[in-house]
Amino acid sequence: MRIKADTRLCVGSGQCVLTEPAVFDQDDDGIVALLTDHPDDQSAAQAHHAVTLCPSRALSIL
Amino acid sequence: MTKGVTGELAGLELPVERGCPFAPPAAYEQLREQAPINKVRLASGGEAWWVSGHEEARTVLVDGRFSSDKRKDGFPLFTLDAATLQQLRSQPPLMLGMDGAEHSAARRPVIGEFTVKRLAALRPRIQAIVDRFIDDLLAADQRPVDLVQALSLPVPSLVICELLGVPYTDHDFFQSRTTMMVRRTSLEDRRRAFAELRAYIDDLITRKESEPSDDLFGRQIARQRQEGTLDHAGLVSLAFLLLTAGHETTANMISLGVVGLLTHPEQLALIKADPDRTPMAVEELLRYFTIADGVTSRLATEDVEIGGVSIKAGEGVIVSALSANWDPAAFKDPTDLDVERGARHHLAFGFGPHQCLGQNLARMELQIVFDTLFRRIPALRLAVPVDDLPFKSDAVIYGAHELPVTW
Repeated sequence: MRIKADTRLCVGSGQCVLTEPAVFDQDDDGIVALLTDHPDDQSAAQAHHAVTLCPSRALSIL
Repeated sequence: MTKGVTGELAGLELPVERGCPFAPPAAYEQLREQAPINKVRLASGGEAWWVSGHEEARTVLVDGRFSSDKRKDGFPLFTLDAATLQQLRSQPPLMLGMDGAEHSAARRPVIGEFTVKRLAALRPRIQAIVDRFIDDLLAADQRPVDLVQALSLPVPSLVICELLGVPYTDHDFFQSRTTMMVRRTSLEDRRRAFAELRAYIDDLITRKESEPSDDLFGRQIARQRQEGTLDHAGLVSLAFLLLTAGHETTANMISLGVVGLLTHPEQLALIKADPDRTPMAVEELLRYFTIADGVTSRLATEDVEIGGVSIKAGEGVIVSALSANWDPAAFKDPTDLDVERGARHHLAFGFGPHQCLGQNLARMELQIVFDTLFRRIPALRLAVPVDDLPFKSDAVIYGAHELPVTW
């Protein structure tokens, strides 16, 4: 599983960080920052959930 | 167009009041069962598309072809009345009414203030605020106590003080005026409170312009100076946006959440037994009550095919977050309040680029309030039958006017 984050689309809702902080972070300006684009098996399900929750569809699974 | 209002719903005009305090109007369900998107008649005159399917609601709210600019001709008058619209048209747009790049330029500078990390640093302050009001509650010499005045309204008001950097000595002033603004009192009283608060915030920001401070406005001022444009009026309206978006809404969710838990004791027992369940319970309460319904109205700027209908440019669209949050396709047995349901995909904070900026602050406030209140006053109960509670059934933001509790 590979995750892609489009920082231009991000609106800083923080839904992803709340859902899987092992994969998603926010920079000081609130924009999504991936801690890894390749979540391990432990994080995969929550990372997938985070992708579906993103309100601006800034996250996708490749 | 293939689907419209038919049969017994033909005479329906929206909005309709919430009849049952714990469920959307029956007409909402009938409309959703007909189709996820219907044409409806509005009480304000005219027609609009009514979006009640969860998936369709998300699709509309993320689609940039639908405008949020309420000043545009044809924007559906749902929770807005004509007089408020007139007022909106005479003022510069707020973030809520902007689209695309303009909206992004207004929102981007502020989102860094609401990151999960920055908010986590506020947690001890919020805990202290909640504890202080519960201390007062426990010390009250008379019961029942109205929880709306004693807890629901003051907690988010003081949290906003923290956020705006209001000095401690001004907290009582700030809290009394913000409470007055949303009370069932005379229009004159509310106007006076608003004017006093506006003058105070104007002055507060002026002071922060001359003395750098490490808070939301201090940082906004520094950022704007760096970019060479200090927008004083813009900062004052930002303060009011945070206040109007974050005060009464959170207060109403505190009150309704308490009512929801007290009337579902088996659900309350679950979070009392394990506070790790509280975050999920908060999501479920947000879904269940969806206090801001229909505020996510839009205007189509192009022809759009969506959910089996053709929406034409210039037509109004009203997304019912409440109806979408009770869509059985997205939430199994939606009439059940089930704190263990994974309800994070609810639309109580909206969806799309306008999704609530303060949502994670609201989550944290609600979690702290419910955990602390039921831990410190485990015998808390309603002092009147639930059917006697005065609910705000006709208000834009649903809530309770009063909440007498005892223990």
